[in-house]
Amino acid sequence: MATQEARHARGPDRRQQPRSWDDGGHRGNGQAGDERLSRALGWFSIGLGLAELTAPNAVARLIGIPEDDSNRRMLRAFGMRELANGVGILAQPRESGWMWARVGGDLMDLAFLGNNLRSDEAQPNRIAAAAAAVAGVTALDVLCGQRMGQDGGEAQGTGANRLWSRHIDVRQTVAINRKPEEIYSFWRDFRNLPQFMSHLERVDVQDDRRSHWVAKAPAGRTVEWDAEVTEDQPNQRLCWRSLERADVDNSGEVRFERAPGDRGTILRVEMRYTPPGGIFGAIGAKLFGEEPQMQVRDDLRRLKQVLETGEVTVAEGSMAITHPAQAWAPHTQPAHTQPADSGR
Amino acid sequence: MKANCWYGKKDMRVENVPDPKILNAHDCIVRITSTAICGSDLHLYNGFNPAMQPGDIVGHEFMGEVVEVGKSVQKLKVGDRVTVPFPISCGSCLSCQRNLFSVCENSNPNAAMAEELWGHSPAGLFGYSHLLGGYPGGQAEYARVPYADVGPLKIPSELDDEQVLFLTDILPTGYMAAEQCDIQRGDTVAVWGCGPVGQFAILSAFLLGAERVIGIDRFEYRLRMARETCKAETLNYAENDVHHALMEMTGGRGPDAVIDASGMESHGLGLAGAYDRAKQAMMLETDRAVALRQAIMAVRNGGVVSVPGVYAGFIDKFPMGSVMNRSLTIKTGQTHVQRYHHHLLERIQKGEIDPTFIITHRLRLDEAPHAYQVFNDKQDECMKVVLKP
Repeated sequence: MATQEARHARGPDRRQQPRSWDDGGHRGNGQAGDERLSRALGWFSIGLGLAELTAPNAVARLIGIPEDDSNRRMLRAFGMRELANGVGILAQPRESGWMWARVGGDLMDLAFLGNNLRSDEAQPNRIAAAAAAVAGVTALDVLCGQRMGQDGGEAQGTGANRLWSRHIDVRQTVAINRKPEEIYSFWRDFRNLPQFMSHLERVDVQDDRRSHWVAKAPAGRTVEWDAEVTEDQPNQRLCWRSLERADVDNSGEVRFERAPGDRGTILRVEMRYTPPGGIFGAIGAKLFGEEPQMQVRDDLRRLKQVLETGEVTVAEGSMAITHPAQAWAPHTQPAHTQPADSGR
Repeated sequence: MKANCWYGKKDMRVENVPDPKILNAHDCIVRITSTAICGSDLHLYNGFNPAMQPGDIVGHEFMGEVVEVGKSVQKLKVGDRVTVPFPISCGSCLSCQRNLFSVCENSNPNAAMAEELWGHSPAGLFGYSHLLGGYPGGQAEYARVPYADVGPLKIPSELDDEQVLFLTDILPTGYMAAEQCDIQRGDTVAVWGCGPVGQFAILSAFLLGAERVIGIDRFEYRLRMARETCKAETLNYAENDVHHALMEMTGGRGPDAVIDASGMESHGLGLAGAYDRAKQAMMLETDRAVALRQAIMAVRNGGVVSVPGVYAGFIDKFPMGSVMNRSLTIKTGQTHVQRYHHHLLERIQKGEIDPTFIITHRLRLDEAPHAYQVFNDKQDECMKVVLKP
């Protein structure tokens, strides 16, 4: 039911512009060349991966690092990574994400080589040569990734542009078999949001425009911020943004459109997060964080469940417990089933 | 409680597991009094579903007594005797409101996984893999039933378990298969697969006005039941060229409607069978479709192909040219049990249908692993196994 569309966030704010739902169809002329380069890099990944997997000792000798167990293990692991990467590139040669994975791998390789310089058995000349080669390939990977990202156009939002932006942007939509008025008033009471937004712990409403949000962060921490409503067109559109000194700058917009044939409501959500730490923080969050598109898509699925059925759908096997579809262990309780019922 | 758990290909084990609990306000807990093994459970048994995890409780044909209800349940109370439809349906989404219960938009918590494979997610099902929700199944002593006001059907005390147990799946499945055929008085219908669903499809086709029904299988005991109990004509595909025989029987016109009641493990003979088996083994196609292809080729111009048999993924050599050029209609779907079970219960009460004739084995839940083997290998003329917890 939920569909997704990623959008990158650099440049002027497109929210003010007329919206096109199918832009990004045309591609630049350099595309064939980029694809050739990307394929070549894909085969390079596979070749290197096979060598690392099957002949780690020879590779270790070649790049001048000690042939010990730990290095053999590392090289084999790198080999698996290269193989996966290479297959990914060849399977989806237009998807720049794979190229950025290669860049990540290159950085790991450089770190690994640097680390080995400290070993007594290392051959610094060979390591330096290997590092120079990796750096060269890295430059090629970055170039290729960037060009593919640009070809993909703004609307595709994957790859370079999305990675190099300071923001995380999410755009999702869901059809709900309820009237816009009903959904709007549920959402307008921000205290309801934690019922379906899994990362929110609670929202305290301070007055008609202001609220205080508490969200879960990695490693059991929480992040908090004050938010205010910036636009409120009842039953149509609702916008909010965090105020100064927020742990995570963010803003959101939700639109409530009557579905054709009076078949409920099409809900469109756009959210933007700006993680602390500027561009590096954002890149870190994108590389290592949860997939925000998927998270919001799941949130909207739960919203639909809560509004249509009065509860969040749960199956024992869909929850993180040790024995998948088996009945519930006596001491555990599903954390997110309780609030779902209280909101109605 | 005791439950029959899947551990791998041909590896079922009855184990002690924690009792189910009410997790949502619309849930109820059913103490199971009868449960059955479905032909589609054999797809799991034979390892065709990659979304199974060791320890999963299987089973989706079960009935029993309500022993606990969530605080928002209104229509059921403790002590009610119910059959539980195998699709889990919320009753409130657009699909449920259109009586398309098996494609409920809310009941699969793992919808994202199903969307990857199928584009959209259907309903969650009991005991039928994590792709369809990861709900524990009903080959157990107890089961948690979500949306208790929507699914379970109250059963009057004068009816035995065995008379109504198949309202949970196979009787409505056979009925929907026949209903999809849009049968006109005097029609001829051919049914591939004379297992329990095939038998009920034959019965239903007659109930809905067919003049001739032809059952196709290779097991003589199944053909005998189709002939003697369900009054069908029969064809043994191991002994006959099915297409040729059907054309002969229908004057070259072909049956008005065809039903594929065998599904993705349909058995093929000769080159075509070997071809599909090899491709399935190499993961080049997930589903064998011998019966479906044959059915499409046989049905008359403008006829209906009804597919109650379960398919999971992709099939090869699908004769789309025959479908298009000959104006065929394909109708299929997991059964919308809640759409049919009231009506079928009435027919059972009136004595128009007695589904008990297909039961050949009555065993204890403890004996489930053995029962799967017997059913799968068609030993001992096995047609349908009912297990008592």
